[in-house]
Amino acid sequence: MNDSISRETIENESIDPDFVERIVEAGADRIRTCIQCGTCSSVCPSGRRTAFRTRELMRKALLGLKEEVLSSPDLWLCATCLTCLERCPRQIKVTDAIVIMRNMAVKEGFMLPQHRKVSKKLLQTGHAVPLDEANQEMRKELEIPEIPPTVHAHEDALDDVKEIMKRTGFDKLIQEEEGGEKE
Amino acid sequence: MTEAKTYSFFLGCVMPNRFPNVEKSIREVLPKIGIELDELEGASCCPAPGVIRSFDEPTWLALASRNLALAEKAGNDLITGCNGCYGTFKEALAELKEHPDRLKEVKSYFHGLGIPFKAEVDAKHIIEVIHEIGPEEIKKQVVRPLKGLKVAVHYGCHLLKPSNNRPWEKTQRHTFLDELVDITGAESIPYRDKFMCCGAGGGVRGSNVPVSVDIAKEKLDNMIEAGVDAIVNVCSFCHLQFEVSQAQLNKELGEQRYKIPVFYYTQLLGLAMGMDPETLGLHKHVVSTQSLLDRLLT
Repeated sequence: MNDSISRETIENESIDPDFVERIVEAGADRIRTCIQCGTCSSVCPSGRRTAFRTRELMRKALLGLKEEVLSSPDLWLCATCLTCLERCPRQIKVTDAIVIMRNMAVKEGFMLPQHRKVSKKLLQTGHAVPLDEANQEMRKELEIPEIPPTVHAHEDALDDVKEIMKRTGFDKLIQEEEGGEKE
Repeated sequence: MTEAKTYSFFLGCVMPNRFPNVEKSIREVLPKIGIELDELEGASCCPAPGVIRSFDEPTWLALASRNLALAEKAGNDLITGCNGCYGTFKEALAELKEHPDRLKEVKSYFHGLGIPFKAEVDAKHIIEVIHEIGPEEIKKQVVRPLKGLKVAVHYGCHLLKPSNNRPWEKTQRHTFLDELVDITGAESIPYRDKFMCCGAGGGVRGSNVPVSVDIAKEKLDNMIEAGVDAIVNVCSFCHLQFEVSQAQLNKELGEQRYKIPVFYYTQLLGLAMGMDPETLGLHKHVVSTQSLLDRLLT
């Protein structure tokens, strides 16, 4: 053939037959019943302005294109608004499936640098968004406890939170790999 | 007014650490309508469903359980003013109840830390509790109806969905918040894609600000087109998104197109109850509320 159309071939080695099974086991149990109707894509607020297509993600997951799905930054464009999950005519827990795949991606080392930063804040302070000086000042002016009565005000409570994150392995999970991080 | 009920007040991250003015309004208004707040000492991040749950679900469930356990120990149900935290606690409780082995897993992480937990506690949203008291009852407290105020109501996502794990009568086209706005004398104005996401959640604001702000922009443009005077929301993260995105958009555009004051519901209600704007933290907004307040209160 001498035309200019590039035909994309999905090679056998790109297909992981166990991938979808792992998604099903983690709770997105109806994903195999997907009929590719595209309702998910049509209601997606991120899909309205980006190339992110929820339907495509579901199809790739069903095909077992694990590496392609988990390494794609598109996986992180879902705002978890849950509209696709509500509207899916097959009652697939689409958002849950995305969260499950995100968990798998992080385990494989695919994590956006900003997300690693948020995780480190949680590990250090017990808050994803910790108190800063300006807001401490504002709290004082507003006459509410200057330091909120959260882990910020209770070191022993923060120790418990840190210990739990050690036991779940979150601290190790978030540590950057030697030689930089994958994106 | 029925007798006061006490809840353990879960603050989360964004409200106490970025919008303490919203927290202030909740602390001022709730006791006046029969809701007592007990401090939930030593609580952490809920943790955030869009980020931490996306990174490692078992860590999310364990820390959510710890926060729930603190309320359970205090003998109260937990109350939160953030849709994200609400989603975390509703989904965590459902997971623990449907899968008893998950509760065992969580308890294994708590071992030796002195955190008893049976997962019998309930988690409620501030607006859910206000709605339970009922618009008619709340209306009795309105002494300064906010006549002529046109409001864009923004419900947010995790307050309403997944609908099979939420307490609302309907599964879509909700009206309960509009009704609670109406009793303040303000008018809830219909606008295009009212139930669309604000764009902050899911780790999108955290990792892809342009996409996140563009979603907020679409909502803000629809609100401007409808001619509203203010936004009313019930989520600290949506609140942040509308406050901060408007400033960001104006900076990018080099003009002041986006200047819709953003009210948390208790700020609107407090005003209608005759409370002083400063008591409600309305002088500490990113988008100034001053000209609107001048118009409303004179």
